[in-house]
Amino acid sequence: MTARLENRFADCRAKNRAALVTFVMGGDPDPAISLEILKALPKAGADVIEIGMPFSDPMADGPAIQAAGLRALHAGMKLKDVLKLVADFRREDADTPIILMGYYNPIYVYGVEKFLADAKAAGADGMIVVDLPPEEDGELCLPALKAGLAFIRLATPTTDDARLPAVLANTSGFVYYVSITGITGAARPDYSRVATAVKRIKGHTALPVAVGFGVKDAAAAHEIASNADGVVVGSALIDALAKTLDAQGRGGPATVAAVGKLVGELAAGVASAAKESVRP
Amino acid sequence: MNSQSPKLAPKLAANSLRQGPDARGHFGIFGGRFVAETLMPLILSLEKAYDAARQDPAYHAELKYLLTHYVGRPSPLYFAERMTEHLGGAKIYFKREELNHTGAHKINNVLGQILLARRMGKKRIIAETGAGQHGVATATACARFGLECVVYMGAVDVERQKPNVFRMNLLGAKVVPVQSGARTLKDAMNEALRDWVTNVDDTFYCIGTAAGPHPYPAMVRDFQCVIGDETREQMMAAEGRLPDSLFACIGGGSNAIGLFHPFLDDPSVELYGVEAAGHGLNVENGHAASLAGGRPGVLHGNRTYLLMDDDGQILEGHSISAGLDYPGIGPEHAWLKENGRVTYLSATDKEALDAFQLCSQLEGIIPALEPAHALARIVEIAPKKPRDHLMVLGLSGRGDKDIFAVAEHLGGM
Repeated sequence: MTARLENRFADCRAKNRAALVTFVMGGDPDPAISLEILKALPKAGADVIEIGMPFSDPMADGPAIQAAGLRALHAGMKLKDVLKLVADFRREDADTPIILMGYYNPIYVYGVEKFLADAKAAGADGMIVVDLPPEEDGELCLPALKAGLAFIRLATPTTDDARLPAVLANTSGFVYYVSITGITGAARPDYSRVATAVKRIKGHTALPVAVGFGVKDAAAAHEIASNADGVVVGSALIDALAKTLDAQGRGGPATVAAVGKLVGELAAGVASAAKESVRP
Repeated sequence: MNSQSPKLAPKLAANSLRQGPDARGHFGIFGGRFVAETLMPLILSLEKAYDAARQDPAYHAELKYLLTHYVGRPSPLYFAERMTEHLGGAKIYFKREELNHTGAHKINNVLGQILLARRMGKKRIIAETGAGQHGVATATACARFGLECVVYMGAVDVERQKPNVFRMNLLGAKVVPVQSGARTLKDAMNEALRDWVTNVDDTFYCIGTAAGPHPYPAMVRDFQCVIGDETREQMMAAEGRLPDSLFACIGGGSNAIGLFHPFLDDPSVELYGVEAAGHGLNVENGHAASLAGGRPGVLHGNRTYLLMDDDGQILEGHSISAGLDYPGIGPEHAWLKENGRVTYLSATDKEALDAFQLCSQLEGIIPALEPAHALARIVEIAPKKPRDHLMVLGLSGRGDKDIFAVAEHLGGM
């Protein structure tokens, strides 16, 4: 486990608020602007950054993140370039935790051991790999833990109490609760159910629980932040980014500004939840 | 040598090649369950339901009844006399899956899965389709049992397989053209998985080939083994002995594994899988031969051979046949390639087109473009075999769906 991730959740807890976890696709719309966006995120109020590793066949993602991945791939992004983004970001920011998020095949082809060594050297803190359930822990999860990187698992509404211990067994960093059954960027979750689910997960683990999928604006961030240790926002940021692109899919300074603006609003939504709830 | 059908000989030798997969769904390093957590509980409950069903004589009896009276099984093992004379070597038989209801082997698997869905109380069926054969079979079974049916089909395939789209609509299915990615079969599968992850409570995903997360590769294979089991009995009846070689085309590989599997432990039977070489194996991204031109990777729930670039991004591939145009292959085939039991060959678009015409003209059977690939290798290999060599083509589907595409390639004939 990396100290950065643990420290950041502890800092937020000390401030009596949830952490804002922001997802952007590495290399979207191009590597240079992507790096500028990464640098802008903490300044706008992001506590943890998830960087998407683009994949041609993102089975669990909705249209926004699919399109973001394709833009990055068209811009020539490869897995090694995502790691370079992390390293470039890390030169200026030693504290913001970075989680790599994506699918297993590019990592498998890159080589598991090499990937873990290079990710660690670049300054990444952990990973979320969507298509690796606990049944396949030997593939990447256990080697990652051994290499000192967090392996963050998704828990979902279909993960019942019988299965939850297996899902949590080798999870580290935080637990990512997927608030709906569905793909990223889908419908708004039912907040009361989310609160119940977070409570249920917390009965099984001491790890922070962050909630994502369907968080689109400050109001939603406020609702989720009232009931969880972290709020994850992805598709909404990508939608904001995509609106600034020209007909050829090129971005500019307005792209960075649009993402920063929404992150600022989301951070305010998260902060506003702190005042009214007393956190344990 | 074990020359009995598996129904008569359920106990397999310790070194049998027919015991896979292991409890975690692995065939050697291939297979597995590489899916999002949301789907994991569904896949586990499917595995449980399938294990229960396969132990239940009532389930088998219902399936057997439908295969006999609805599908028209057993499908004939037909001596292709003029093809044999023309090639001047091996004695060639066709296992005629194209005579099944809906015109292909796909219905064997679909009925098995739909009966399972009914047992599980699922009311909504989703499927992916490439050429449309699996989609038509699924739409057919759903009509028969009054189930809602949604078929995902790449927008490119919707264009090139219009007759099948119309058939599915006529059968009451909703066909969703998939606009994401390359808009062909792999994208249809992505979209079906996205649907399943969203509609977890009432939906059953009826996968069309022997691929995907465990238990699909084993389950689909089991349903398609009726092809090989019948071939075994029919050849014994016709010739008094086992065949010497079996040929089948491979996209995902369900008809091939169904034909081959009952013969895996009979070393005298040569097994040939034929992939789609499209414009040629040396043409970059111009073929769909995952075994010949790919390497191991993880996609759609399983580890198998995949067409991909150096960064692990999946390539589209190409074949004249929409049913073979898939960048992966069932995990058991990947394993059978590595252990050498099956020989994997390929045939180009042009070779398949030639075989398509040859079969039509010599036998009065218009084959689908998919098995025409396997026939293309028979055309090459049969003349080199002695006249007492018994060779079987898995004639997996009929070619009505392909006549317009073929006409276009041949300049209107």
